[in-house]
Amino acid sequence: MGIALQLLFTGLGVGSIYALVALGFVLIYRATNVVNFAQGDFAMLGAFAMVVLCIDLGWPYWLGIVLTVVAMALFGVLFNLGVYYPLRHRSFLPVIISTIGASILLENGVLAAYGPRPQSLPGIFTNQGFSVGPVFFDSQYLSILAVTVVAVALQYLFFERTLLGKKMQAVSQDKEMASLLGIPVALLIMLTFVYSATLGGLAGILVAPILFVSVQMGASIALKAFAASIIGGFGDVTGAIVGGLALGVIETFGAAYVSVPYKDGFAFLVLFVFLLFRPQGIFGERVAEKA
Amino acid sequence: MSADARPASPTRRVAGAVVFVVAAAVTIAIPLVQPMPAYSLNLLMQASTYAIAVFGLTIVLGYTGQINLAQAAFFGLGAYSVALGTTTLALPFWVALALGIVLAAVAGAALGLTTLRLGGHYLAMVTISFQTILSLVLTNWIAVTRGPDGISGIKRPAVFGYSFDGSGAYLALCIASLWLVGFLVWRLGRSRLGRRMQAVRDNELAAGVVGVDTYRTKVAAFTLSAVLGGFGGGLFAGGFRYISPDQFSFAESVVFLTMALLGGVRSPFGTALGTALLILLPEWLRFLKVVYLAVYGAAVILIMVFMPEGVWGFVAALVRRVRGPSMETAVPVPVLPLTKETAQGDGTVLLSVRGISKHFGGLKAVDAVDLEVRRNGVHALIGPNGSGKSTLLNVLSGLYVSSGGEIALAGATIGALPPHERAARGLGRTFQNIRLFTAMSVLDNVVVGAERPGNLIDGGHGAHALALAALGFVGLADRAHRAVGSLSYGHQRRVEIARALAGNPTLLLLDEPGAGLNHAEKEELVTLLTRLKGHGLTILIIDHDMNLVEKVADHITVLNFGRRIADGAPGEVLRHPDVIAAYLGQVNARAAA
Repeated sequence: MGIALQLLFTGLGVGSIYALVALGFVLIYRATNVVNFAQGDFAMLGAFAMVVLCIDLGWPYWLGIVLTVVAMALFGVLFNLGVYYPLRHRSFLPVIISTIGASILLENGVLAAYGPRPQSLPGIFTNQGFSVGPVFFDSQYLSILAVTVVAVALQYLFFERTLLGKKMQAVSQDKEMASLLGIPVALLIMLTFVYSATLGGLAGILVAPILFVSVQMGASIALKAFAASIIGGFGDVTGAIVGGLALGVIETFGAAYVSVPYKDGFAFLVLFVFLLFRPQGIFGERVAEKA
Repeated sequence: MSADARPASPTRRVAGAVVFVVAAAVTIAIPLVQPMPAYSLNLLMQASTYAIAVFGLTIVLGYTGQINLAQAAFFGLGAYSVALGTTTLALPFWVALALGIVLAAVAGAALGLTTLRLGGHYLAMVTISFQTILSLVLTNWIAVTRGPDGISGIKRPAVFGYSFDGSGAYLALCIASLWLVGFLVWRLGRSRLGRRMQAVRDNELAAGVVGVDTYRTKVAAFTLSAVLGGFGGGLFAGGFRYISPDQFSFAESVVFLTMALLGGVRSPFGTALGTALLILLPEWLRFLKVVYLAVYGAAVILIMVFMPEGVWGFVAALVRRVRGPSMETAVPVPVLPLTKETAQGDGTVLLSVRGISKHFGGLKAVDAVDLEVRRNGVHALIGPNGSGKSTLLNVLSGLYVSSGGEIALAGATIGALPPHERAARGLGRTFQNIRLFTAMSVLDNVVVGAERPGNLIDGGHGAHALALAALGFVGLADRAHRAVGSLSYGHQRRVEIARALAGNPTLLLLDEPGAGLNHAEKEELVTLLTRLKGHGLTILIIDHDMNLVEKVADHITVLNFGRRIADGAPGEVLRHPDVIAAYLGQVNARAAA
């Protein structure tokens, strides 16, 4: 029982990372109808920015976090202008491929600059954590969970309670109509990229102390986050969060009780099962193309 | 390919074939007679076997428009079959290769069957999942795959005592396979199946309505793509005699995809060009070594932005522009053999709709509507905006599943059939917002219509003649070889009508054919409809334009708020108080009454 609780806690922590990246996926998908295959690399960039600022330059941790978040927001602007904007009037396929190109560019750019050796980053808190009964609450996992909860709450308030948030919803539902109503569609899509990049960067900052900071870290997180968003119901915000958490828990239990080498396979196995039996995911609805 | 719509003259066709055969013979002969350094041999071996796998992407992505991010996995299945087959199992090379191809085909078909109903992003994700799981298995199932160490000592084949053990001979074999597969893929693009794939790519919804079984077409494309992946992989394993799991990772799938896109995914020539470029580029860019892959990622984005059709498509468009528009020669247009079927049973009920409904959540878009369309007449379905006309048409052609009621065409119930099976029974239609296969030529668009299953003439030259006749009927025979996107809006509408006509429909559904046409174009449309009527075709037409409807209709049904409010001959229906009320509002209705 104690072990199960411990695994549940760890799984939820890992799942939060998937959920954060999945949220970025979903927001960009809702705004542009395109899946961003470089979403995971946002996390990788965030983690490397922390390594550069806090280890190489030796700046304080809090400053590193602030600067990384700002840098990721700027990067979102750049990504939007370079990868999405020129292709905005084309079908989803060229855009997907363009984001795959961006992913190759980012990973190999960082590889060229930093070499293949994985870096490590210390945790945010010097205190390792505390025990309650048989369960050890690791401070890093706790901060991941806390940040996820805050991010989700802020996002909810933003979309449901602010005019800007409503405008962004309008853009995601019908770009043409939104633009006729005087909503600056291009600008709001850019904002979506900024927010997604920031969210991805945040996930990278949080996960860096748990994983090694490597060029490939983004790809594996992104694949699982994408799987999570499909399991939750593609395009659905709640689905992305629930799917992410569920996947983290399944993976952690799978690694503990079934097989460690195949740990990365569980996510895709679950995904297969969903695609076969409930392709619309937990919260999704079937949609048909209008004639 | 399809965009190169100019019909090849017989002399040009012969010249093309001669060039192809000579080029193939020369490139196959070179490694046989000219000894090469091992380095060049390896490079060419890699390029030719990769290109075969990338041809698979021409089929699935280029022709059919479906993404496959697991081509390296299928490549790996072929490679591991040859590797394990010739070493552990001590099978002959050819048996092992055949096994690998079958394995790849089965995996491809299974993946396709389960996910191609979903399409788009799901397909991307599922192929990535398959790729990831296969990579994990190859690395971790050490007892069988020998894990990360890989497999060495892979055997090469022999045919009738002639051994391909020498690298030169084996390379010649690979190059011969490359030419053969390239030729077959090129032929496929011009075959009936190839046209169906392209129709699915350009407009899946319209493809279904003109009789293409879109799901089966996609599964076929996906399976063929996997087969070519397996074949290329098998040859690759024999060529290098050593393989390891990292050669078949997701990153390699992305490399395959990039090769196809860089060269031009819609043409096998482009794909081969892209493969050669991407294998040779790193050799030429050695000075960039550290940042090479980053440059390559940037190149992918730039290609997508500036050369959406790849290098080959870019060059082809350039050549087309230099040559100028092709001169259309006046071809004798055959007479459209319409009405052979419809002329029978004059005036009897052809389409019978009983209590059909379509609900979207709480909204009753179509509410228990009855409708009878008689043979050899024009039946108009009218009603204000939002009255459910288009919804009813979509239910009739099978795009929407009805919420209740029955549909019978010529006595047979069709209410449960998918769109392509309804098309096979003679239901043709056009769309309010034109849905053509935009990257195909005018003629090919119509040929797809003519090739509907169950049409009078099945496939072959008959379909071409029929398509040309249908184009002649709507007055566009002289534009048959243009790209359909280059036509004016009014002409595109007529191409859509020709596409439906070429299928010899028992019943033709026209969804607002007058929408967006100017006055002159509308006059032409009325003339066209009158001619069709003269041929005894049965037509169900939706339109807003009362003028048009009055001129052509024999019978009118009026819908309002999803219900039928009037039905009968034009004169009496248009004077019906409820109809006037629906169109002009309540006050005027009272004034009229």
